[in-house]
Amino acid sequence: MNSAPTPDRAILVDMYRKMTTIKQNDEKSRAIILSGKIPMVYYSPRGQECIPAAVSVNLTPEDNICTIYRGTHDMIAKGVPLKDLWAELAGRATGTCKGKGGPMHITHPASGVLVTTGIVGSSLPIANGVALASQIRGDKRVAVAYFGDAASNIGAFHEALNMAAVWKLPVIFVCQNNLYGEHTKYEKTTAARQIADRGAAYSMPGIRVDGNDPIAMYNVAKTAIDRARAGEGPTLIEAMTFRFYGHVFGDADKYMDPGEKKAAMAADPVPRYRQWLIDNGHITAGELETMEQQIDAELTEAIEAAIAAPWPEVSELRKDVFAEEIAA
Amino acid sequence: MTTETASKPAVKKVGMIQALNMALHEAMSKDDSVIVIGEDVADPEEGGIVGVTKGLSTAYGDLRCRSTPISEQAIVGAAIGAAIMGMKPIAEIMLMNFTTVAMDMIVNHAAKLRFMSGGQTNVPLVIRTATGAGLSVGGQHADYYEAWFAHTPGIKVVMASTPADAYGLLLSAIDDPDPVIFVENTLLYFTQGEPPEPGKRIPLGLAKVVKPGSDVTLVCYGSHVAPSLAAAGKLEADGISVEVIDLRTISPWDKKTVLASVAKTGRAVITHEAVKPFGVGAEISSVIHEELFDQLKGPVQRVGAPYCPVPYSKPLEVAFMQGADAIEAAVRKTLQARAVA
Ligand SMILES: Cc1ncc(C[n+]2csc(CCOP(=O)(O)OP(=O)(O)O)c2C)c(N)n1
Ligand SMILES: [Mg+2]
Repeated sequence: MNSAPTPDRAILVDMYRKMTTIKQNDEKSRAIILSGKIPMVYYSPRGQECIPAAVSVNLTPEDNICTIYRGTHDMIAKGVPLKDLWAELAGRATGTCKGKGGPMHITHPASGVLVTTGIVGSSLPIANGVALASQIRGDKRVAVAYFGDAASNIGAFHEALNMAAVWKLPVIFVCQNNLYGEHTKYEKTTAARQIADRGAAYSMPGIRVDGNDPIAMYNVAKTAIDRARAGEGPTLIEAMTFRFYGHVFGDADKYMDPGEKKAAMAADPVPRYRQWLIDNGHITAGELETMEQQIDAELTEAIEAAIAAPWPEVSELRKDVFAEEIAA
Repeated sequence: MTTETASKPAVKKVGMIQALNMALHEAMSKDDSVIVIGEDVADPEEGGIVGVTKGLSTAYGDLRCRSTPISEQAIVGAAIGAAIMGMKPIAEIMLMNFTTVAMDMIVNHAAKLRFMSGGQTNVPLVIRTATGAGLSVGGQHADYYEAWFAHTPGIKVVMASTPADAYGLLLSAIDDPDPVIFVENTLLYFTQGEPPEPGKRIPLGLAKVVKPGSDVTLVCYGSHVAPSLAAAGKLEADGISVEVIDLRTISPWDKKTVLASVAKTGRAVITHEAVKPFGVGAEISSVIHEELFDQLKGPVQRVGAPYCPVPYSKPLEVAFMQGADAIEAAVRKTLQARAVA
């Protein structure tokens, strides 16, 4: 983590705040599922915290993202209020989407989370459209599309990259390469040596970065976001990472070499960055503990509030299909 | 034609996943041209997300059972091309919602190549895909599109309700010279049933009277067969005799069996898990009215999900999914016409 330049202390600390919130949120998610209190299908982003944290500190609240089912890290980093998020995970009326969308479909435009898709590859073309609106209006906002490594093999990826490049859209394609798509290893399904190489096919910068290195990730994200904001067009970022808890929570990971996961977990980006912050005098252990306790309390409160919140009325099935309610 | 004798020793039940797996083994072991492609289908990837294709790559080789990139369009396209060349590909599209990504291949190509080529080429392709509400997976993982496919001339659509039916229907689908969408229900994966008879095909286009009755005909398929039987059982206690017909093949559907039953009962209800408006029930109801109007004792009723995407929240999903109660109510509604008649 020596890659210069190093951002300001406030940014460094903000990145950690996001990373540890995501990590703690994941711990609570897995515990609450096991307790049976909030049963939900859960695609853990644990191990990938650094990527959206480093991207989001370069975004404004007005910038937008489109993300995927494995996306709670992206949402939290972008600032979706934990209370609203948890109420949605619990399927409650007070959730971001009134309980109608659920974990795979969180939408919170106020914090810039416009689309969460459960369809592999679909975040990219829509992010183009979000960027197109900014380009036409000249409002200097950028759009980020998050997606996985395996998503780079679907047509939508290729169509979206080409269009973004020819139209010079203010969009950043952030591929979170965790080396697997469901149970299938990267090499078995992906012809490109690295996904970043695919940028060249569409005449855009394709940059591979250690997505678990906050400083390196910050710098790559900043360059791409500045470029997009300046009207110079899209960038493809391939952020190397690993998912600690398999494809979907409950996954036995039998398709994976056990050593591979162990090694990745041993290099856990969150405690590593924590130590780096302390060692380099950016913050004290005591200050971090206070921050972590605050986040824990905030999460606990959000989860308790979600469980206590009311369920949606059945009449909600007739609302939001169209602007006008469907007659009973 | 099969005879079940009371003296037969109790046979071990077979699960839905196992029955599908047995059919694939049967087909692949007998015919080298049968191949399986799809995401995670080979053994290094655990033989499919629920294990339907387990053991196939080990038994028949990596070339005949191959895990693919996440590329539905390329998967179905490759299956079409291989099918034209005389292979018998089974393409697995993990969930029915993901067929939307391959719609061009399915609708513009698989369905039409035989006709547009004047019969020079054909596409003996099976697309296995799964879906179903009830698992709180929200709006993009539980849709039923059987009506879309049934509305596309050139594609057959099959949905089994029991392991033995799934086995026999899947073998017929593989044998069939034309494209077949074989829809599996995610909740039925975890059900058990009578073991299939090895190698026994169930012809496509043939419905099954799963419970004879005389007052009302109840047409169902897939996940709605069990709740239909439950409703019929309850109505039976009130002296209402319901004939339950499991369609098994949705397109082409067995008009003969359904119309013969409705001609006898004079009343009909069609039920499915899919959204009610513009659904399969609408087609069947129309044909019943067209063919048997004079013999009907009351208007045909339909049961289906309300007009909205599959919701996430549990109480909403429960309200969305129509079960035995809704089916029972629809049957009772057809009987109310009795007083008028
Ligand atoms: C079009 C489509 N095909 C298949 C799936 C099933 N599916 C869900 S996630 C996934 C793997 C995606 O892997 P990757 O893009 O690497 O993202 P990751 O889950 O590793 O974050 C698959 C195949 C889907 N959701 N959409
Ligand atoms: Mg991946």
